[in-house]
Amino acid sequence: MKLLLATVVSVGMVANLQAAGRDTISVVGSSTVYPFATVVAEKFGKKTSFNTPKIESTGSGGGMKLFCSGLGLKFPDITNASRAMKKSELDTCRNNGVTDITEIHIGYDGIAIANSNKAPLFKLTRKDLFLALARQVPNPDGSEALVDNPYKTWQEVNDSLPATKIEVLGPPPTSGTRDAFAELALEGGCQQFGWIKAMKKADKKAYKSVCHSVREDGPYIEVGENDNLIVQKLEKNPNALGIFGYSFLEQNDDKVQGSIIENKSPEFETIADGSYPVSRPLFFYVKNAHKDSIPGMRAYLKEFTSEAAMGEDGYLLDKGLIPLSDSERAALRDNVMSGKKLVIK
Amino acid sequence: MNNTEIVKQGLKKRYAREKRFQLYGKLAVLSGFVFLVILLFDITSKAWPAFSVTEILLEIPVDHESLGLSKDSEPNEEALSGINYAGLVKQAIRNVFPEVTKRQQKKLLYRLVSSGAEFEIKQMMGENTDLIGGEPVSVWVKADDDIDTYYKLETVTSRVKGEQVRFIEKLKAEGRIQTSFNIDFFTTSDSREPEQAGIRGALVGSFWTLLVTLLVSLPVGIAAAIYLEEFAPQNKITDFVEININNLAAVPSIVFGLLGLAVFISFFGLPRSAPLVGGLVLSLMTLPTIIISSRAAIKSVPPSLKEAALGLGASHMQTVFHHVLPQAMPGVLTGAIIGMAQALGETAPLLMIGMVAFIVDVPGGIFDSATVLPVQIFLWSDSPERAFTALTAATILVLLAFLTLMNALAIFLRNYFEKKR
Repeated sequence: MKLLLATVVSVGMVANLQAAGRDTISVVGSSTVYPFATVVAEKFGKKTSFNTPKIESTGSGGGMKLFCSGLGLKFPDITNASRAMKKSELDTCRNNGVTDITEIHIGYDGIAIANSNKAPLFKLTRKDLFLALARQVPNPDGSEALVDNPYKTWQEVNDSLPATKIEVLGPPPTSGTRDAFAELALEGGCQQFGWIKAMKKADKKAYKSVCHSVREDGPYIEVGENDNLIVQKLEKNPNALGIFGYSFLEQNDDKVQGSIIENKSPEFETIADGSYPVSRPLFFYVKNAHKDSIPGMRAYLKEFTSEAAMGEDGYLLDKGLIPLSDSERAALRDNVMSGKKLVIK
Repeated sequence: MNNTEIVKQGLKKRYAREKRFQLYGKLAVLSGFVFLVILLFDITSKAWPAFSVTEILLEIPVDHESLGLSKDSEPNEEALSGINYAGLVKQAIRNVFPEVTKRQQKKLLYRLVSSGAEFEIKQMMGENTDLIGGEPVSVWVKADDDIDTYYKLETVTSRVKGEQVRFIEKLKAEGRIQTSFNIDFFTTSDSREPEQAGIRGALVGSFWTLLVTLLVSLPVGIAAAIYLEEFAPQNKITDFVEININNLAAVPSIVFGLLGLAVFISFFGLPRSAPLVGGLVLSLMTLPTIIISSRAAIKSVPPSLKEAALGLGASHMQTVFHHVLPQAMPGVLTGAIIGMAQALGETAPLLMIGMVAFIVDVPGGIFDSATVLPVQIFLWSDSPERAFTALTAATILVLLAFLTLMNALAIFLRNYFEKKR
């Protein structure tokens, strides 16, 4: 045992020495940004003489935690996120010495509410989605009170919808897609009730719990984080709707169709111009202090923000990223190169 | 009524009961078998497209003018890497479709070919510099994954546009498109382009990780088992240790990942994503399995053998190492290999220590960043590109093949040692 301990310790020391000269960029974070970041990393590795960056898929929250653990070679250089960094996360970062961070907004991702091609196309509003999926909804008799969601069929929610059972397959609460869905679709519908919206000022917590809580009595079915699985299940069950990212819709449009939300169908153009209501921004965050200590950092940032990657004809678009506008991209490049420091109020 | 008659009366019932039980048994085996067949059929049918790849025949121009090289001097490294290979590929495609002139159409045309084609050409030119200046070289380059899926499986998504379907028809008519065995699946590492992705990196990563697991858990596990079974005094402390080992065998594997993160990475400062850490974490996980099965094997050695050795004057240690351990070896090895097989299929603990990652370079040792086969399956199953479905299934088949091989090895070793004694 002593010998074993001795080997472990000595091996540890060797590894420490090895880690001292890390020459590979280390990236962690969101599984939604992972498909885009990996494409850039691969191109970067092939084009340049630098090593291909290592990209871990840890989820947005997990990524932030690792990223904010400290400065130095032991900690990741970049974290990807499918939502903006929270104030509390930035505080953690600061407490651990990571004070100089640049936020890079890479584009948008639409969230599709889709069903099987064999079934009729749904035309929904965010209000319909809220009424169908929230845990508590305004009393159907019109009074300003909340009741547990009584709706069983789509027709009960909105007369123009079919009389099929409400059955929606979606990601679990740990997923960034679920957070984004709650924020964009449910809260969007929720706000259309003036008296709930008024709650926001009076009691923000209660407002959030009303607008972001998904019902747990059956109609919303959690299917794990795997979007391909949701597509497969939709194919087998034409009555169900599913919630997943736009890039999966694009790859599987022989099997599923994206529902029209407030007269906009989830398409490249509608997401890019912001008219499709359920789309979210994607980011990555970079430690400016690491720019000079890790070889290739500047080149990687340049590659990611280059016109060839995220521009109108960029290869990231082919992977399903929805780009920023021309002016936004130009401003972004300036920020990246100057290392604009992130401040959250 | 005497006893014989009483027995005879109940006999029919007893036979029926036995028959019923046998039927239940057969049904249980049959249902297990049916599930296995369904599973294998499903995976294999999804996996087969991954083993072939669609290729397009192009004539790559290699005269000095197209390459942008001067005729007077021998091309050196620098000049070679300065060649616009993507341009060469595009030019070759345009030569096949001279009628396409519109910009939008050309873009669709270029998308027929994999984005890796330029690197294939680059490699070819680097290896055969004497091609330069000669006639155009005919090369089969890989098709893009969307085209590949369309051509092999005839799935029609909006990813393949109507124009492209016409291009493919023309390629077909001219015999410029074919499918061949996808050797790259075994020789390349992870890629975000399905047609260029392979499992070599994950295979090598699995090898390094399991090597560490084996080197750590086998000696430690066997030593612990021998000590606990043969030498340790029976008291409260050993009872406590025993209970803990049995409990550890049932701990969810992700807990070992958390432990590995805290101890190996945060405390000892070992590198993230390295097979060394992965192997150490997995050995923690397999240790209880090895200890428990080794102890059972040692316990099953007949005491008469031990007593005979002791009676002839062998020391306790000699008895254990010369007589007990060789007899127990089949059981010990079976336990070890089943533990290894478990470790080979594990992903959850590796998530915590950073091995669920996109890693392109093949790991050269236990300190390099690496990923393993089950993680590769996990990552690909969550990728949007359609062609990854087939790659996922194919990787599952490879993993299953290795698991079968390991189990076969366990059976072989057991038989071998049993014959020997």
